Amino acid sequence: MGRYIVRRLLIAIPTLIAISFVMYAILALAPIDPLSQFGADPRIPPEAREHIRHALGLDQPWPIRYVKWVTAMAQGDFGVSFMSHSSVSDLIWQRLPNTLWVVGVAYIVSVVVALPAGVISAVRRNAALDHVISTLAYAGFSFPTFFTGLVLILIFSIHFHWLTFLYDSNLQVHDIPSFIAELKQAIMPIAVLGLFDAAILTRYTRASMLENLPLDYVRTAHSKGLRESVVVISHVLRNSLIPVVTLIALGVPAVFGGAIVTEQIFHVPGIGALLVDSIGTGDTPVVAAVVMIFAVLQVLFNLFADVCYAVLDPRIKYS
Amino acid sequence: MEIPTWQRASAIVGTFGILLTAACGSATPAASSAPSASAAASSAAPKAQRGAGGDLKILYWQAVTILNPHQATGTKDNDASRLIIEPLAAFDNDGKPVPVLAAEIPTVANGEVSKDFKTVTWKLKPGLKWSDGTPFTADDAAFTYTYQCDPKTAASTDDRCDGVQSVTAKDPNTLVVTYKDTQPFFYQWGVGTEGGVLQKAQYSACVGDKAKNCPADLKPIGTGPYMVQDFKPGDVVDYVINPNYRDPNKPFFKTVQIKGGGDANAAARAVCQTGDIDYGWNLQVEATILKPMAAAADSKCNILTQYGTSVERLVVNFANPDPSLGAKRSEPDTKHPFFSDSHVRRALAMATDRKAIADQLYGAGLAGKDSCNIITAPEAMVAKDSSGFDVCKFDVNAAMKELQDDGWVAGPDGVRAKGGVKLAITFNTTVNSVRQKTQDILKQDWTKAGFQVTLKSTPASTFFTNTSPEGANHFFADVEMYTNSGDPDPTSYMSGSWGCDARTSSANNWQKGNYGRYCNPDFDKIIAQLRTETDQNKRDQLVQQANDILIKDVAIIPLITRVAPTPDGASKQLKGLAPSAWDSSLWNIADWSK
Amino acid sequence: MTTAQVELSGSIAVDALSRPARSLWGDAWYTFTRDKLALAGLFTLTFIVLAVLFGPLIWPHTISDIDFKASLQGPSLDHPMGTDDLGRDLLARVLYGGRVSIAVGITAVLVSITLGTAIGAFAGYFSKLDNPLMRLTDLFLSLPVLPLLLVLVYLFRDTLTRTIGPVVGIFVMIVGVISILNWMPVARLVRASFLSLRQREFVEAARCVGSSDARIIFRHILPNALSPVLVAATIGVGGAILTESTLSFLGLGFPPDTPTWGRLLYDSQQYLEFAPHWPLFPGLCIFVVVLAVNYIGDGLRDALDPRRKI
Repeated sequence: MGRYIVRRLLIAIPTLIAISFVMYAILALAPIDPLSQFGADPRIPPEAREHIRHALGLDQPWPIRYVKWVTAMAQGDFGVSFMSHSSVSDLIWQRLPNTLWVVGVAYIVSVVVALPAGVISAVRRNAALDHVISTLAYAGFSFPTFFTGLVLILIFSIHFHWLTFLYDSNLQVHDIPSFIAELKQAIMPIAVLGLFDAAILTRYTRASMLENLPLDYVRTAHSKGLRESVVVISHVLRNSLIPVVTLIALGVPAVFGGAIVTEQIFHVPGIGALLVDSIGTGDTPVVAAVVMIFAVLQVLFNLFADVCYAVLDPRIKYS
Repeated sequence: MEIPTWQRASAIVGTFGILLTAACGSATPAASSAPSASAAASSAAPKAQRGAGGDLKILYWQAVTILNPHQATGTKDNDASRLIIEPLAAFDNDGKPVPVLAAEIPTVANGEVSKDFKTVTWKLKPGLKWSDGTPFTADDAAFTYTYQCDPKTAASTDDRCDGVQSVTAKDPNTLVVTYKDTQPFFYQWGVGTEGGVLQKAQYSACVGDKAKNCPADLKPIGTGPYMVQDFKPGDVVDYVINPNYRDPNKPFFKTVQIKGGGDANAAARAVCQTGDIDYGWNLQVEATILKPMAAAADSKCNILTQYGTSVERLVVNFANPDPSLGAKRSEPDTKHPFFSDSHVRRALAMATDRKAIADQLYGAGLAGKDSCNIITAPEAMVAKDSSGFDVCKFDVNAAMKELQDDGWVAGPDGVRAKGGVKLAITFNTTVNSVRQKTQDILKQDWTKAGFQVTLKSTPASTFFTNTSPEGANHFFADVEMYTNSGDPDPTSYMSGSWGCDARTSSANNWQKGNYGRYCNPDFDKIIAQLRTETDQNKRDQLVQQANDILIKDVAIIPLITRVAPTPDGASKQLKGLAPSAWDSSLWNIADWSK
Repeated sequence: MTTAQVELSGSIAVDALSRPARSLWGDAWYTFTRDKLALAGLFTLTFIVLAVLFGPLIWPHTISDIDFKASLQGPSLDHPMGTDDLGRDLLARVLYGGRVSIAVGITAVLVSITLGTAIGAFAGYFSKLDNPLMRLTDLFLSLPVLPLLLVLVYLFRDTLTRTIGPVVGIFVMIVGVISILNWMPVARLVRASFLSLRQREFVEAARCVGSSDARIIFRHILPNALSPVLVAATIGVGGAILTESTLSFLGLGFPPDTPTWGRLLYDSQQYLEFAPHWPLFPGLCIFVVVLAVNYIGDGLRDALDPRRKI
C-alpha cells in the first residue's frame, strides 16, 4: 500500500507538468493576444505596445517562455500581474483564505447533509420520505446557483435586512461578535454552495446504496438476525462508501469551480473571482497561475480518492 | 461579463485618441429626487473637523487593481488613486477648472496663458507637503511629465502628452507647460482625472521600461486627503487620513474603504436598498429596475445624474465596406453605395426613434436622455435649434417619402432599391444588453422605412481593438454604435472625429478617430477658426455651428446623451458631493461629510 | 467455480420458463413501463421536446416582436407566460430557448457519455490499456473544469463565431468544451465497475465458454456497469443546461439576442421583484426537464439492473 501511494505521488508530478504545458500552450496559441487590452486602447502607440511586449518577455517564442515560467513557478514565483503590477502569488495568498473558508465549510455542510439523506432515501426506497428527499435533491441542482443566490439576497438582505451580501475580507475573527459578523456574511454563500453540492451527493449516495442493498451479503447479514441499523451502517454503508468517497474527493475541485459563481454573487474576494476578473482583463499571468492552483488541487484530491479506493475496497489489488 | 478593459476616465478625452466609454453602455435610471449637481455642490461646506466622521464605504463593482492614475486600466483605478494623487486642477461640472495643487487657474485674461494658446504658466500653492512630509515642488510635476510622456512607460494617460512640447519647473512654485502648436484646450496636460502628479523621489526608479514592475504603484505617496493603509488588488483599498494634508479641517471621514467586486445590480441594491454602502459607482442597471429602487419610500440613495459630452451615437459609413473590394475595403477613397446619398442618410435619421430608446432603456433621464446634438456640454456650446431639424424628428412616413422621392422603391420583400442597389445595412456594436435592445428597436423602425437590417454584436474587447477587422475603427459595416465624449473644449475632439485629416485608414494604421470617414470642407473651416479664436463667445458660436453641420448633414446620428462619467448612487446622508461630468467621481472627497 | 455454474444454470433456467424469451432491452422496457414516475418523466420530456420543436412554428408571436405598451406584463391569454421588459412574448422566447438549451444538454451528454464509457471500458477490461488510459483520464481530471471552460470560451469564442456564425459557433464550442471536460467521471465509474466486475465469477464463466472480448464487454459487463453511468448521464443533462446558463451569467454564453433558458433566467434575475413571471417560466422549464430526465434515468437503472429482474 505504501509503495502504491509513493508511486501515485511520483506519477502526479509528470501529470502536473503535462497540465501546465497543455494550459500554457492553449494560452499561448489562442487567437487572442494576451496584450489585447493594451491593443484595445487606441491611445497606446504600436511602438509602445511592442515595448511592453519586450519588457514582459512576450516577444520570445512561447516554448521558451513556458520553460522560464515553469521553472520560476517551481520556485514559487508566479510572475507579475499585468493589471496591478503586483506579484501574482501575493494576489493569490490574499484571496485563498476566503475561498478555503467558504468552500470548505460549504462542502462539509453538503457532506453532512447528503450522507444521511442519501442513506435514508435508499433504505426507505419509494416511501414518502424518499420522494421528499429526492424531489428536494432534484430541485437543488435544477436551479442555477446564481438564481438561488439572488433569491436568498432578496429575502434575507433586502426584505428582512438580516444579512449582508457584501463580503468583507478585512474582517478579523477575534471575539464572539466578530465571529457572528463573519457567520452572517458567509452563511449565504455557504448555503448556496453547500445545498447545491448536497443535492448531487445525495443522489450519488442513494444510487450507490441501492447498488448494494439487494446484494447477497446484505441478505446474509439480515438472515443472521442483525438489526436493520447495523446492517445498513456497518455493511451496506461501508461498501457503498467506496464510490461515494471517491466522488466526494473528486468533487472538491468541482466545488472550487462552483465557488466562481458564488463568489461573484456575494462579492467574496476569492481565487474564483480573481480568475473571472483576470480573464475579463486578459491578465494572463494571473489566469495561468490560478488555473495551475486549481490543477494542483485537483491532482491532490484525485490521489486522495485513489488511496481511499485502495483502502476501502480490499478486492481491488494494486501491484 | 462585459468588463471593458480600457474604459477609463471617460469624461475627458484625448486629442484625436478617441475614447469610447462605450463599454459602460448599460442603461441606468435616475431618481426624480436626484439632486442637480449644483444643488449638491451648494449643500457642501461641511463645518466639521478633520476625522470627525467614521468610515466611508464606497463600492466599485469593478475592483481597483492599481493606484497609479497613469497606469490605470479603468475609471476605477483613476478614481481610487484620486484620493491620494492630485492634479494641478480639477474640472467642475461646468467644465471649468478648480485649483487643487495650483494656486490659481491660468487664463488668457490673467496673462498666464499666451495669446497663441501655446504657453501655460501654473502658479502652485506654496508650502505643500507629500504624505511622507517632504516638500512638494514644481519639479515633481515636471518629473511626472517625464514619466507619463515617455513612450516606454506606456502610460494609459499618454494621450494627454499629444502636442505637449515640454513641462518645466521655472522655480519651485512655478510650472510652465508649452504646447508645440496652438492648443485651444490649454488645460490638456495636468488637469483632471489624467493629470495626477507623482512624487519624483518615489517614482524616479519607475520611468520607462521599469514602469511595468513598480511596487510604488500599489502604495503611492501623494498630496491628497488620504493615503493607503492596506491594498488588496482586485478586492479592497483601505485609506487613512494623510496627516500632511493641506487643509487642517479636512477630510471629514477618518477612514475610507473602496470595496470591489460583484455587478452593478448588487451595487445598486447595496446603496439604495440595504444602505450597506455610502457611495456606489456606475449603477448601470436597467431603468425599469433602478427607478423604483431609487424612488421607493425607504430608498437610501440619490442617483447622481450630471451630463457631459458622452453621447451614444450611430456612425454612418461614408466609405464602402464591401468585402469584394479586398484591400480597398472601407478605405476613405471608396464611396458607400447608398450612404453617400444624403437622402438615404436623412431617411435613416428620420426613422430613428431616440425618444423610445431614452424612455425604455435609459430611464428617461436616469442614465441618459435623448439628444440630437453631438456637443451636449458645456451649456454655452450646446446648439439650441437642432431639435427643430427634420432629421431630428422621428417620423417613419417622412423617411419613406424621402426615399421614395429620391427614387428608392420598395421591392417585393419590402426592401427599397435603386439601380440594383439594395438598402441592406449591417449594424455593428458591442455585446451589451442595452445596446442589443437598442439595436432591436432601431431595426424594427428602419425595416419599416425600407431598409434591410442585419444586426451584429462584437465583444467590447474586440470592438475597440485597433487591429481587429470587427473593430469600430476598421468599420467593415454600414452603421455602428458606441459612446464617445470630448474635452470641455471640444476642438480637438471634433477635428479628431469628423475632420478630413482624421479619416481612419490602413495608411494610418487605423489609428485616427474619424471612423465614418466623413469629410466636409465647411466643417474643417470652422475647426480651423476654433484653433485661433480667443473670444469665448465667438468660440461657443463656432462650436454650435460645427455641431449643426454634422447633424444636418447626418455625418452622425446622436441618440442619447449619457450621464458622465458614470451614473453613481450616493447615500442620502452624504453631503458635500459635487459630481462633475468632466472629472473623477471622487474628485472632491475631502469635502464630503455625513 | 461452483457459484459460476449456479449462475449459469440459473440463467438457463429462466430462459427455459414458459414465458417467451425477451431480449435484455425488451425486458428493460417491460420493467420501465411498470415505473409510473419514469413513464411520467418520459411523457413530460417528450411533450416538452415536441413543444420546443414545433411550438415556434405554430405560435403567432416571434422572439423579437417589441411592444413597449405590453412590457413586463404578467401571464394573459395573449401572452400565456407574460412579456419581458421590451414587451416580447415570453412563451415564444421560452420555446425557442428550449431548443437551444435541450440541444446543448443532450448533445453534450451524449458525446461525453460515449467517450467516457468507451475509455472506461477499455481501461477496465484490458489491463494493458489501463495505465495509459487512466493516465490520460487523470490528466483530464486534473484539468480544472469550470476555470478551463471559462478560459477556453474566452479565448476561442471570437474565432469560432467568426468562422461558423455566432449561434452555431457558440453551440459547437459549448457542447465541445462541456463534453471534452466531462467524460472523465464516467470513464472512472465505468472502469471501477469493470475492475470489480471482470473478477466476478460470471465473467470468468463467460470467458471459459469461449466468449470473445467484445461479447464479454458488451453483453456481460457493460449492462452491469451501466447504472452508475445512467445516473451520471441524467445528472449530466441538467448539468450541461446549467453550465450553459452559468456561462451566460458570466457573460461568456450565447449572444444576448439568442434566448436560451439560462440566458432568459440571467436576463430576468434583476426583475425578480417586479416581474416574477419572467424568471419563473424558464426556471420551471429547467427544473421540469432535469426532473423528468432524472426520473427516466432512475427508471432505466431499475430496468437495466440484472439483479432486479422478474
